[in-house]
Amino acid sequence: MRVAIVTFPGSNCDYDAYHAVADELGERAHYVWHKDRDLGGADVVVLPGGFSYGDYLRCGAIARFSPVMDAVAEHARRGAPVLAICNGFQIACEAGLLPGALLRNASLRYVCEFRTLRVETVDSAFTAEYAPGQLVRIPIAHGEGRYVADDATLDRLESEGRVAFRYVDERGAPGDDGNPNGSLRHIAGILNEGRNVLGMMPHPERAVDARLGSADGLPLFRSLLAAVGA
Amino acid sequence: MTPYRIEIRVVPRRGILDPQGKAVADALHALGFADVTDARVGRHVVLDVRAADAGAARARAAEMCDRLLANPVTEDYVIESAEPAAA
Repeated sequence: MRVAIVTFPGSNCDYDAYHAVADELGERAHYVWHKDRDLGGADVVVLPGGFSYGDYLRCGAIARFSPVMDAVAEHARRGAPVLAICNGFQIACEAGLLPGALLRNASLRYVCEFRTLRVETVDSAFTAEYAPGQLVRIPIAHGEGRYVADDATLDRLESEGRVAFRYVDERGAPGDDGNPNGSLRHIAGILNEGRNVLGMMPHPERAVDARLGSADGLPLFRSLLAAVGA
Repeated sequence: MTPYRIEIRVVPRRGILDPQGKAVADALHALGFADVTDARVGRHVVLDVRAADAGAARARAAEMCDRLLANPVTEDYVIESAEPAAA
């Protein structure tokens, strides 16, 4: 598997993604600067977390116009996987690769902590290696992670099984206790219509070693490996 | 082409939680402004552009709002003015 990790000015989780792919999985990863237009033959593209362009105007609003985003959109159009994490999720929404938007946390506070998520679908290139309904511990680190979309969009995401991860409490129940940012319907991650673009605020690339708190992000990368079959 | 100054107001859409506006309302209440029933915080964008006339300037501004300055999912915008500006 060959994974391209896009570095925007202000990305700060690009190395974490590289570490997950190259060191933990033993697969090939390379960085792609946001001004490049070539993804280097990548099977998978990662839009990593961080603060691209200082989050000016709105998170992700400027990054979506980076030259590399045309190649990312084309990669997604072909049905190839795009993993958009945290700031990457915000960029993907601004770019129209995913529906909805990420707004300031309801608490107005930046939240950095482990959270429990429930795997809502295993029917995707990102989640096939999880068990349906599996509870996973994955860290979040964001100030603008409150997922918002209109009711029709939310209903459609639900009915098409495109909610990939939901915030839950430690017993696995969705509710305000488990929801760190006020996301509508406790949504932590969603899939696009083709199920090949995943946007999520939690950081699976920071949960790849049990000695550092959790390895629950590893099955996501293993799912990608199985899906691209290389 | 004439220089125009365009002023645009972008606000969080009603019905979408605006925690920043809520914090401002709470702070105003704490200062004794009990008459405040709601607060919403947006942004004010001032653009200097060149256009054939005020209508064309407004049309361009609307296009800029749709493509960048406002998020169509969460925000509404109003083009408040498009006035000839000193060159």
